[in-house]
Amino acid sequence: MSLKNKAAIVGLAELKPWKEAPPDITPLKLMSRLTVEAIADSGLEKKDIDGFLVGMPFADPGMLYPASACEVLGINARMLNQVDIGGASPAGMVWRAAAAINAGLCNAVLCIVADLNKLGDQRVPVVSVQREFEAPYGNIGANCGYAMVAHRHMYEYGTKPEQMAKIAVDQRANALKNPLATFNDKPLTIEDVLSSRMIVDPLHIYEIVSPCSGGSAVIVASPELAKRSKNPPAWLLGAGEFSNHASITYAPSLTDSPVKPAADLAFKMAGVERRHIDLVCPYDCYTITVLVTLEDAGFCKKGQGGSFVMEHDLTYAGDFPCNTHGGQLSFGQPGLGGGMSHVTEATRQLMGRGEARQVKDAKLAYVNGNGGIMSEQVSLILERRS
Amino acid sequence: MSEYTKPLPKPSPTSRPFWEAAKRHELMLQHCESCRAFIYYPRDLCPYCMSDHLEWERMSGRGKVYSYTVVRRASTRSFADAPYVLAIVELDEGVRMTTDIVAAPEAVKVGMPVAVYFDDVTPEHTLVKFKPA
Repeated sequence: MSLKNKAAIVGLAELKPWKEAPPDITPLKLMSRLTVEAIADSGLEKKDIDGFLVGMPFADPGMLYPASACEVLGINARMLNQVDIGGASPAGMVWRAAAAINAGLCNAVLCIVADLNKLGDQRVPVVSVQREFEAPYGNIGANCGYAMVAHRHMYEYGTKPEQMAKIAVDQRANALKNPLATFNDKPLTIEDVLSSRMIVDPLHIYEIVSPCSGGSAVIVASPELAKRSKNPPAWLLGAGEFSNHASITYAPSLTDSPVKPAADLAFKMAGVERRHIDLVCPYDCYTITVLVTLEDAGFCKKGQGGSFVMEHDLTYAGDFPCNTHGGQLSFGQPGLGGGMSHVTEATRQLMGRGEARQVKDAKLAYVNGNGGIMSEQVSLILERRS
Repeated sequence: MSEYTKPLPKPSPTSRPFWEAAKRHELMLQHCESCRAFIYYPRDLCPYCMSDHLEWERMSGRGKVYSYTVVRRASTRSFADAPYVLAIVELDEGVRMTTDIVAAPEAVKVGMPVAVYFDDVTPEHTLVKFKPA
C-alpha cells in the first residue's frame, strides 16, 4: 500500500500573521475567509469539498470542533476530523487527506488551521502526567525542552551556537523576499543572533518562534479533481509519521529524533533520493529543530548538522534552499498556521508561485512537521510533474 | 514566609508511593520484575514489556546531568523568579527524570555528577531535585 501519486495539493490560502490578536477577529472568521480563498485558488467549487481536517484553535477550544466548524462554513463532509499532533498537525492532515481520498471515502479535503495569539499566561500542560512530573519543576512550554536538546547536541557533537544562529540568518534572508512574513524588514547577522537576549540557554530570542495570530489552508484533491485545478498540482509522493515520546525527558535520545523513521518511510514510499530534493521546508520552532531535522531526515550525517548549515547557502538562491518563506522564525507562528507555512511554501514553490524567492526549477520538495518537543513527526515529499 | 505559588503535583493512585517516599526523603522508583527496567514516571504497566509486575525500589539518588537549560525568562508568571536550572538527570540506575538543579547556573554542565536533594516546598509537598555531587 502506498499513497504515492494518489492525491495532490491543488490550492492554498494563507494570511499575513498579526503580531497581536485583532479585536474583532475570531478563529472561525479567519477560517471562513481562508475557505473562500483556498477554494477560489484551487479552481474547484465549494460542492467539491467533501472532506474536512481542522486543528483546534487555542483561542476557541471545544469538543466536536470539526462539525461545528463545518456547520459555520457550510461544508457537508464525508470525512471530518480534528488533527491533534501539535505543530505536525498540518503536515499530518495532508497524508490523512490523501489516505481518505485513496480509500474512496472523499474527493477533496480542506485542511485548515487558524488561531489567535491570546495564550497569555496559560501555557500550563493540560495532560495529567505533564502537570504532575514536568510543571512543578518549571518544564512548561516548549522553550525548555528544545534548549535541552540543543545543549545535549552541543555536548555530543560539539555543535556551536554560531552554527545554530546561521539557520536563523539564512531564513531571514528568505523572509526579506516574502511579503507575508512577519519579520521581513531587515537582515540578520550571526552576531545579531548571538548578541540577542538569552531566553533559555543556549537559545537566544532570534532562535525562538514568535507567537502570532493568523491561519492558512490547503486543499488536497483526488487525481480526477486535480485535473480541474487551475494550479499545477503538488503531488504527494511519500509520507511518513512517527512519535516515540511526549516529554523529551523520556525520549530514547535527545539528539536522535523520530524524524528519522518518518523521513525514511516518506523517501521509501516516494522512491526518490535525498540528493534529488530541490528544497526543504523543515519545521523550525527553534534553530536546533532545523539542525536535528536535517540530520535525521538524512540530508547530512548525524552530528554534522552544524558544519552542514555553515557549508551550505540555505537561501532561495543557494545550493540548499531551506524554508524559503523565512521559516516560522521569520514568518511568525500563528498557532498551527506555523506548521502549515511549511506545507504552503513547498506547494507555492512547486507551483512556480515563489515570486521573488522562487527556487529555480523546483520539482521536488521535502516538508517536515514537528509537534511537541521533537515528539510527533510527519515527513512529506511533494512533486511537481513536468 | 510567602505562599508557594508554583504548580504542585497532584498524586494519582499510581504515583502516590513515589510522592510519599519523596516526603520521607527517599527516592523510590518502580522496577519491572519481568524485564528488569527501572521506570519513571510511575506507570500501571512497564512501558518496555507491558508487564504489570512492578515493585518499588529505593534508588541510589546519584546520577549525571543528561542535559539542562538555564531558564532566564519563563513561559509562565509562576516561575517569574527565573533564572532557574531545569535539567534532565540520568540516574546511575539508567532512568531519566525531569528535575531542577539547585546550583548557580554557571556551575552546571552536561555530564556533571549530581545527587538527589529533597526540596520540601510546602508542608505537604516535596519535590525531587538534585545538587552537584
